[in-house]
Amino acid sequence: MGEFKVHRVRFFNYVPSGIRCVAYNNQSNRLAVSRTDGTVEIYNLSANYFQEKVGCEDGSVKLFQITPDKIQFERNFDRQKSRILSLSWHPSGTHIAAGSIDYISVFDVKSGSAVHKMIVDRQYMGVSKRKCIVWGVAFLSDGTIISVDSAGKVQFWDSATGTLVKSHLIANADVQSIAVADQEDSFVVGTAEGTVFHFQLVPVTSNSSEKQWVRTKPFQHHTHDVRTVAHSPTALISGGTDTHLVFRPLMEKVEVKNYDAALRKITFPHRCLISCSKKRQLLLFQFAHHLELWRLGSTVATGKNGDTLPLSKNADHLLHLKTKGPENIICSCISPCGSWIAYSTVSRFFLYRLNYEHDNISLKRVSKMPAFLRSALQILFSEDSTKLFVASNQGALHIVQLSGGSFKHLHAFQPQSGTVEAMCLLAVSPDGNWLAASGTSAGVHVYNVKQLKLHCTVPAYNFPVTAMAIAPNTNNLVIAHSDQQVFEYSIPDKQYTDWSRTVQKQGFHHLWLQRDTPITHISFHPKRPMHILLHDAYMFCIIDKSLPLPNDKTLLYNPFPPTNESDVIRRRTAHAFKISKIYKPLLFMDLLDERTLVAVERPLDDIIAQLPPPIKKKKFGT
Amino acid sequence: MAALEEEFTLSSVVLSAGPEGLLGVEQSDKTDQFLVTDSGRTVILYKVSDQKPLGSWSVKQGQIITCPAVCNFQTGEYVVVHDNKVLRIWNNEDVNLDKVFKATLSAEVYRILSVQGTEPLVLFKEGAVRGLEALLADPQQKIETVISDEEVIKWTKFFVVFRHPVLIFITEKHGNYFAYVQMFNSRILTKYTLLLGQDENSVIKSFTASVDRKFISLMSLSSDGCIYETLIPIRPADPEKNQSLVKSLLLKAVVSGNARNGVALTALDQDHVAVLGSPLAASKECLSVWNIKFQTLQTSKELPQGTSGQLWYYGEHLFMLHGKSLTVIPYKCEVSSLAGALGKLKHSQDPGTHVVSHFVNWETPQGCGLGFQNSEQSRRIKDSEKHIEVEVRKFLALKQTPDFHTVIGDTVTGLLERCKAEPSFYPRNCLMQLIQTHVLSYSLCPDLMEIALKKKDVQLLQLCLQQFPDIPESVTCACLKIFLSIGDDSLQETDVNMESVFDYSINSVHDEKMEEQTEILQNGFNPEEDKCNNCDQELNKKPQDETKESTSCPVVQKRAALLNAILHSAYSETFLLPHLKDIPAQHITLFLKYLYFLYLKCSENATMTLPGIHPPTLNQIMDWICLLLDANFTVVVMMPEAKRLLINLYKLVKSQISVYSELNKIEVSFRELQKLNQEKNNRGLYSIEVLELF
Repeated sequence: MGEFKVHRVRFFNYVPSGIRCVAYNNQSNRLAVSRTDGTVEIYNLSANYFQEKVGCEDGSVKLFQITPDKIQFERNFDRQKSRILSLSWHPSGTHIAAGSIDYISVFDVKSGSAVHKMIVDRQYMGVSKRKCIVWGVAFLSDGTIISVDSAGKVQFWDSATGTLVKSHLIANADVQSIAVADQEDSFVVGTAEGTVFHFQLVPVTSNSSEKQWVRTKPFQHHTHDVRTVAHSPTALISGGTDTHLVFRPLMEKVEVKNYDAALRKITFPHRCLISCSKKRQLLLFQFAHHLELWRLGSTVATGKNGDTLPLSKNADHLLHLKTKGPENIICSCISPCGSWIAYSTVSRFFLYRLNYEHDNISLKRVSKMPAFLRSALQILFSEDSTKLFVASNQGALHIVQLSGGSFKHLHAFQPQSGTVEAMCLLAVSPDGNWLAASGTSAGVHVYNVKQLKLHCTVPAYNFPVTAMAIAPNTNNLVIAHSDQQVFEYSIPDKQYTDWSRTVQKQGFHHLWLQRDTPITHISFHPKRPMHILLHDAYMFCIIDKSLPLPNDKTLLYNPFPPTNESDVIRRRTAHAFKISKIYKPLLFMDLLDERTLVAVERPLDDIIAQLPPPIKKKKFGT
Repeated sequence: MAALEEEFTLSSVVLSAGPEGLLGVEQSDKTDQFLVTDSGRTVILYKVSDQKPLGSWSVKQGQIITCPAVCNFQTGEYVVVHDNKVLRIWNNEDVNLDKVFKATLSAEVYRILSVQGTEPLVLFKEGAVRGLEALLADPQQKIETVISDEEVIKWTKFFVVFRHPVLIFITEKHGNYFAYVQMFNSRILTKYTLLLGQDENSVIKSFTASVDRKFISLMSLSSDGCIYETLIPIRPADPEKNQSLVKSLLLKAVVSGNARNGVALTALDQDHVAVLGSPLAASKECLSVWNIKFQTLQTSKELPQGTSGQLWYYGEHLFMLHGKSLTVIPYKCEVSSLAGALGKLKHSQDPGTHVVSHFVNWETPQGCGLGFQNSEQSRRIKDSEKHIEVEVRKFLALKQTPDFHTVIGDTVTGLLERCKAEPSFYPRNCLMQLIQTHVLSYSLCPDLMEIALKKKDVQLLQLCLQQFPDIPESVTCACLKIFLSIGDDSLQETDVNMESVFDYSINSVHDEKMEEQTEILQNGFNPEEDKCNNCDQELNKKPQDETKESTSCPVVQKRAALLNAILHSAYSETFLLPHLKDIPAQHITLFLKYLYFLYLKCSENATMTLPGIHPPTLNQIMDWICLLLDANFTVVVMMPEAKRLLINLYKLVKSQISVYSELNKIEVSFRELQKLNQEKNNRGLYSIEVLELF
């Protein structure tokens, strides 16, 4: 199948930001996640939990504090002595419950006066703590208020009388978040110890109409604070400082016990943060507020499978490019020749020209960007680095001609009338003739770059595109979707290729379809037209279209090299999918030349090492 | 009323009975005539009323009969097998067996089975069954193997149920017994595993079976001397599945468990069984007839010359080998009336029979120690209890009904209502069986434990504690009170499950060896440890007592088993504590002593576990020590006799704290080591490697 030298890169010092807040929308089955660096991500739970959009609307960390002053414009509420940390409306909109420090207030919306002030006990296991912070409140339609606080309590209050009904001590640390199901028969809380507790309203005895809240299930999927929880009809969703987003399906609500009912843990973004200059062997890393440019090392040694070769030259950190202002970087790209770097924040587009003189690099910003290039969702250079393609967040696709140190705007493909959807994935053919662009749902458009017109649209598919690329020579467009399907579409013929039809007819191996993470990058081998190289976070795969497809009975992943098997057996068991799971978690993998790969890994341990320490729990004794 | 008549000897010739006795006695087509096959070469046809043989046939010298001769009731011919594979068929007119019809079969025959109204069946040693006609059509046909290797057929019986031949045979393999039921017409073979119950070591000595419309009632006589009954459904729900059958105790200790001689059992009719064997180890062998419905001994006869442990019953005759000669005892059973069934003792004794007085009188109830008035009413109740028990057992054997759970629940509720209405009604065995179905819970029948508590039935309470998941803390505590207060002598009579208790006394030799090494082995806790300076002075005066206390269990084994059931039960601390305060102080001290003893036993090995099948865990022990002290500390601290215990417990806690603090220290060191290890494994931030994809 092939022997490669692999540049195994672990110096991409990427740490996902902690999750601050999640919000679930039942109608669209989508989840909005906000992180501490100010990014907002939208996950489509119907499309295999794929991260559809990333927005950095503000670019700053905003702590939403709702104090009485801020809602003053509507009505003057009674002044509170201390700040309010949590708030919940009664479903009818007549009352508001506000969690503060040491007490919870109930406001009448009409009069603006505090109806009740319920003091929360500071005591914790008989010891008086400094203060009891009410981290979260939930107002149920029957008038019950549920509060969670820093003393580890979940408490039920009667808003009509202002009295404590029931108290559950569930943690030795803060309970930081609460979310109630729409039916109000179940809710979920998250603690600073990383535990998530499920509470359910169950009848006191069978057939009894009297119901009570019971703590039913504890889950421990986090190592750090669970800062936020959400409750979808079928799952508990939690996120926090340890940066994982966890979907825990409720087994009693899942009708079919198939793979969809499995626990999901999303750690890495479903998009590429890395671009590569093949010619100069450079890697560009994208962080929230800066870019890093690295040059790969080299070796003259050779070896056999699994060997680590001695380096004749180590990797160099060439450049550290900080953004101006507080805005987050949305996307970035380095040109294949290595002479251009482009990136975009939410409101500005930057283009830099790099000059290499022996070991010295000089960087020059191209000034006077046109006004329409203000914010890009995706940037791509053509293979010969003479053209720059920019997908703007307004939906237009701009083509910019680059020559010497200057640039010229060539054309803008405007979005189809009636659609406002922005393109977020781009692919250009190596010959520079074709440009493919995909949004999250409207299908893939293919443009003719020479004639500057829309060539065709790939038939729409239910699941969003996660990665795509155009093969050299054949101009076949390979598209990977969030449901793990892979299609091959011939651009010149405007139809799916025979191989793609065969694959669809036979279907993918069940283990292939059950992978958790989407394919984030596709590339091709310049000398082997039958090969497609693709990867997700946990595997790297070469699809050899000349070999038969595996069926569900064949072994999809065989890590062991054939030893003394006869040729016949090898030929019989060989199939199109050649998978390697050596590199993980794999954030980026590309072919530098015929015999060289670059793999960027980000070990979880390295991320954990950079997180604040979790609450220490004693293993022995109490 | 069943009665045995005067015996008479059949054989004028001395039969060549080997050490195993005769091969068999079988009916012929005439009512009065029987085929007797000895273990050598001879078959004799006897006419019983004349007490003389009508004919005798022998195989050649060098040949040996391996299967008793039977009569083919359809043709009147006799069939016998010699040398395992050679089948001979002859009739009354034939003289020389050597010249009669002969067929050589391809596999070895276990038995030929023949009953009135159907053709004989041939059961091969490998478990296959053939009709005789089909077999004779092609004697060399291939015979399949049904049972596994090393599985041996022990016993077989052939019935006709509604004109359908049903064959049952029992096999044994490594002490496990299996029952196969072959519906001959439909060719359905069902395999059952016979579960031996609590006493795994018992060996089944003899089988017999009777049949009614739905069940084969398989009775077995075990080496413990008890008769057990297993109900096997004739029409199995799922023949594909290997099913298990539970046996239930029918009669207790009818023969001595360790009798040297053979014992035998045969069913006479629905209610009566005949048992051959010695009632006591030393006594002579006896033939006794029991009524199984009322568990009464009907009659018995001593056989002073000894028997071969074989018993056959046909028509009205019981056949056995008494001494060297074949003896026939006519047996009669008139329709039994209740008065008759109530016991032999009420009746005038037959002059010919001799009642052995050491049989248990059924009026003393077994085990539960309930005082019955000797009145008609109590008999009626006992009778109905027995009847209910039989019905319940039949229902449980069927088990497949979809509404099984509800029926069980309703049955228990009904029984308990009657229990409450009639204080003397207490269908204990029945309740035990229902609890063991695993479908009951406390909330389904709260009255059950209430009644058991009232009757102080510790065995039932133990079973409830083991089976019910939802016993309230107040009831657990009430059980604990009874378990602690019940006298040792009344405990002796009960039959509690001893699974959770390990016989510590067996280990005493081993213990002494362990004691020398305590300092290393006791997981940080050393009773001799001289840390508590002041309080130790008193202790050091009696080091002898100290060691004795730590090695001998403060309660008897049975009580320990009951207390272990409490330790295993689920509870919530808040609800349990107030009830624990009600237990008298000396009982608290006793329980604490027992817990402390368990803790010491735990500390003896590195894994901190107790020996045995289902012992209490260290956590359970520690939790209960804390609970008891929490609830009763002020009382216990005032008791002078508890002083030493408290000092021991104090040291125990102290040592635990030091162990845990040491563990925490070690944990930190380990984490540092792990960090170092990680750094070693980290291959650096950048490398170039070779990858080959296959």
